[in-house]
Amino acid sequence: MRSFLPPQASTFAGQWDLLYDSLLLVSFLGGAILIVAMLYFIVKYRRRTDTDKTAYISHNYYLEFLWTFIPLLVFLGVFAWGAYVYYLQRKVPENAIEIGVTGWQWRWDFQYKSGKKTTNELVVPINTPVKLVMTSGDVIHSLFIPSFRTKQDAVPGMYTMLWFEANQLGTFQIFCTEFCGLQHSNMLAKLKVLPQNEFNEWLSLSDSGQGKAGDSPAQRGSALYQSKACSACHSLDGKTVIGPSFKEIFGKTELLSDGSSALVDENYIRESILNPNAKVVKGFTPGQMPPFQGQLTDDEITDLIEFIKTVK
Amino acid sequence: MAHVANATHNEDYLHHGKGLWSWMTTLDHKRIGLMYFLSILVFFFIGGIYALLIRTELIAPGSTIMGPDQYNKVMTYHGSIMVFMVIIPGIPAFLGNFLLPIMLGAKDVAFPRLNLASYYVFMLGAFISVTSLFTTGVDTGWTFYTPYSLQTKSGVILMVAGAFTMGMSSILTGLNFIVTVHRLRAPGMTMTRMPLMVWALYSTAILQVLATPVLGITLLLLIFERLFGVGIFDSTLGGDPVLFQHFFWFYSHPAVYIMILPAMGVISELIATFSRKTIFGYTAIAYSSLAIAVLSFFVWGHHLFVSGQSEWAGILFSFITMLVGVPTAIKMFNWVATMYRGSVKLDAPMLFAVGFMFLFLIGGLTGIMLATIALDVHLHDTYFVVAHFHYVMVGGTLMAFMGGIYYWFPKMFGKMVNEFPAKLSWFFIFLGFNVTFFPQFILGSLGMPRRYFDYLPEFTALNRISTVGSYLIATGFLIALGTIIHGLIAGRKATANPWGGKTLEWTIASPPIHDNFNKIPVITAGPYEYR
Repeated sequence: MRSFLPPQASTFAGQWDLLYDSLLLVSFLGGAILIVAMLYFIVKYRRRTDTDKTAYISHNYYLEFLWTFIPLLVFLGVFAWGAYVYYLQRKVPENAIEIGVTGWQWRWDFQYKSGKKTTNELVVPINTPVKLVMTSGDVIHSLFIPSFRTKQDAVPGMYTMLWFEANQLGTFQIFCTEFCGLQHSNMLAKLKVLPQNEFNEWLSLSDSGQGKAGDSPAQRGSALYQSKACSACHSLDGKTVIGPSFKEIFGKTELLSDGSSALVDENYIRESILNPNAKVVKGFTPGQMPPFQGQLTDDEITDLIEFIKTVK
Repeated sequence: MAHVANATHNEDYLHHGKGLWSWMTTLDHKRIGLMYFLSILVFFFIGGIYALLIRTELIAPGSTIMGPDQYNKVMTYHGSIMVFMVIIPGIPAFLGNFLLPIMLGAKDVAFPRLNLASYYVFMLGAFISVTSLFTTGVDTGWTFYTPYSLQTKSGVILMVAGAFTMGMSSILTGLNFIVTVHRLRAPGMTMTRMPLMVWALYSTAILQVLATPVLGITLLLLIFERLFGVGIFDSTLGGDPVLFQHFFWFYSHPAVYIMILPAMGVISELIATFSRKTIFGYTAIAYSSLAIAVLSFFVWGHHLFVSGQSEWAGILFSFITMLVGVPTAIKMFNWVATMYRGSVKLDAPMLFAVGFMFLFLIGGLTGIMLATIALDVHLHDTYFVVAHFHYVMVGGTLMAFMGGIYYWFPKMFGKMVNEFPAKLSWFFIFLGFNVTFFPQFILGSLGMPRRYFDYLPEFTALNRISTVGSYLIATGFLIALGTIIHGLIAGRKATANPWGGKTLEWTIASPPIHDNFNKIPVITAGPYEYR
C-alpha cells in the first residue's frame, strides 16, 4: 500500500495514511458487493429466449431501508474520522515556531523571525511544530508538501496558515498546486529537515554568506511603528491613548462596538490597518484612524504584524 | 387536397420539409435535438484532439511537442469545450430534446420557438468562445480563477462572454423542459408514471434554471472587473479573490449534477429495457434525483477546503457532501436489483450501461474520499482529482451518452447500427478509459499536481501508461463514429420497437412522424410494465 503514497515525514502523515488505506479497503469491499452482484445477475439471468417472462418486483421497503441507512452510517463515520484528522492538521500547537511564506510567480519566499530570508528552500528543525503564515504577492498559489500530507493556498490580500511537525530528517519536495501561469509546474521548492542544533547553526548563518542577516521583520515593523506615527495613538505599555494599546494584543479576543467579538490575528490586524472602521473595539470612537490603504506595502503590513506580535 | 395534407402529415420528421432551410428554421423538437447532436459531435471531436495533445505532451517529462504557454491554452480549451459545449448540453439538449415530449405523450415542447432560439443562442456562445482562439488564446484553465484571470494577457473576456451566452441557452432549455413536464403530459400520464429519464431531465432543468444565473452574474462581474477595474475580486482594489471561487462553484458544483443526472436517467432506461423488467424502486430513483439536485446547492465549499475558507465551513461542507452519497448509492443498488430475476441481454447499449456502473462506482467512491476533508487536503488539485472527475464525467456521462445514442439511434433514424463494431467501440473506450485514468489516481496519491506542463522524472512511467490509454479511447470513439456513419448510410431498417422497450417512444414509428403521435395516447399504467 505504501508504494502508492509518498514517504511519511510529519506527525499526522501516519493518521492520514490510516484513514486513506481504510477508505480504500471499505470502498473496495462495498464496490465489490455491487459489481459481483451485477455480474452474477448478468450471467445467471441472461436472456434465453426473446419471449422471456420476468418477475414483476417493484420495490422492497426492507431492502431499500437497509441500503439507504447502511451507506448513510458509513458515510457519516467517514465524515467524522475525516473531521478528526483535519482537526489534527489544523490545530496549531502553542509552541510552534513561525515562518513567513510569500508565493510569487514563480517562486516561494520564506522569512524567518531572525531576519533570515530564503527562496525555494524551507529549512525546519525536526520534532518541532512549525507554523507557516502565508500570503501571495500576485496570484493565488498553493503550497503542497506531499510527504507531510498537507497543503494550503497562498492568497493575495489575506493570510492563511499551515502547520506541521516533521519527524524525519531529509529533503522533501514542495509543489505549487494552484494554477498560476506559465511556469506553474516549475514553481518547485525543497524542504530540508535538520536536527535542532544544525538548524540553529543554519539560522545564525547569514544569507549566502554575505554580511549580517539584516533586520528581522519585527525590527523593520518597529521602525514603521515610529515612522508611520502609529505610536501617536497606540501605546506599547498598556496605556490607552487614542486607539487600543499594542501590549499583549495579539491573540486576544476583543469585544467590538457592535456587540460582537473578534480574535486579533494576522487578518484582523491587516484589516484594521487598511480599513480601521470595519471592526472598532468597544469604547473607541470610529473615524479616529485614517485608512492606510495604499500607504503601506503588503511586506510592510507583514512587518508591522510581526512587530505587534512581539509587544509583550 | 385532404388526401395530400394527410400524406405530408404522416411523413416522418426527417422528410417533413426538405432542404437545409427547413432544418435551420424548424420548430420540431426532434430536429432541434439532432442539430444539437451534430454540433456536439463537432465540439467533442475538437475537445478530443485537445485531450490527445495534452496526453501526448505528457508522454515524457520536459517539453515534448509544445511549450508551456501552448500547453496551458490546450488544457484550458480541452476543459472549456468539453464542459460547456459537450457534457453540459450533451444529454439534456440532444437526447432530452428528442425524447422528452415523446416520453410524455406530447407533440412538442411547451415553447418550440424558444427551443429553436436556445439552439442559436448556444451556437452563438460557442462561436464567441471559439473566437478567443484567434486573439491571444486563454490560459487560465476552465475555472478562470481570479486574480490570475484578471492579470493574464489573453482572450479571457471572449471565452467568458461565450460561456455566459451558453449559460443563457441552458437556462432557456431548462425553463422549456420544466413547463413541458408540468403542462404537456398526456392524459393519464401522472408524475409517477413518467419514465425515469424524464425525472432526471426534470431535476436537471431545475438546476439549470436556478444555478446558471449565478454563473452568468459571476462571469459578467469578471468581465466588468477586467474592463473597468471595479474591484470585486482584485485584492489590490480591496476585493476578495476567494469570493470568485465561491461564486464559481455555487454554479459549477450543481453543474456537475447537470452533467450526471441526465446520464442516470439514460441508465435507468437502458437497464429496464435490457433486463426486460420493471425498474426496482421507481419512487426511490425518481426522488433521489430530486434529492441530489437539492443537496447539490449546498456542497460548493468542498472545492475550497484549502482555499483559506473557515475551517468550520469546510467541515460543514464535508458533512453535506457525504449526504449526496446516499441518494447516489440508492440509485446504484436499485439498478443492480433491477437485473435480479430479469432477462439480461448484453447488446451494445447495455454494455455501455454496465460500463457506466463500473466506472461511475469508482468515480463515486473516490468522490467520498475527496469529500473526507482531511484526505482532500493532500489530494486536492492533484491528479487524483483529475482521475476522479473523469471517472464521473467521462466514465459516467459519456458512457451513458454513448449507450443512449446506440439505444435511440433506430428511433431517430429508422435504421439499425451493426452490433459488432458497436461492441468493439465499447471495448476500446472502456479499456482505454481505465488505462488512461486509473494510473492517475496513483499519480495523485503520490503527489503529482494537476495542470502541470512538466513533471518530476519519477512520475514518467505512470504518465506514459496514461497516454497510451488515451490513444485506445480515441480508437474506440473513431470506431463508434464509423459505426454510426455506416448505420446512417447502410443500416438495415429498424422496426418501431427493436429492443422491446415499454416507454412511449417505442409505441410510435421509427423514425417518428412530424407530430410524434397521430392521436395523443391515454396512459393507464407506469413506464416499465413488463408483466
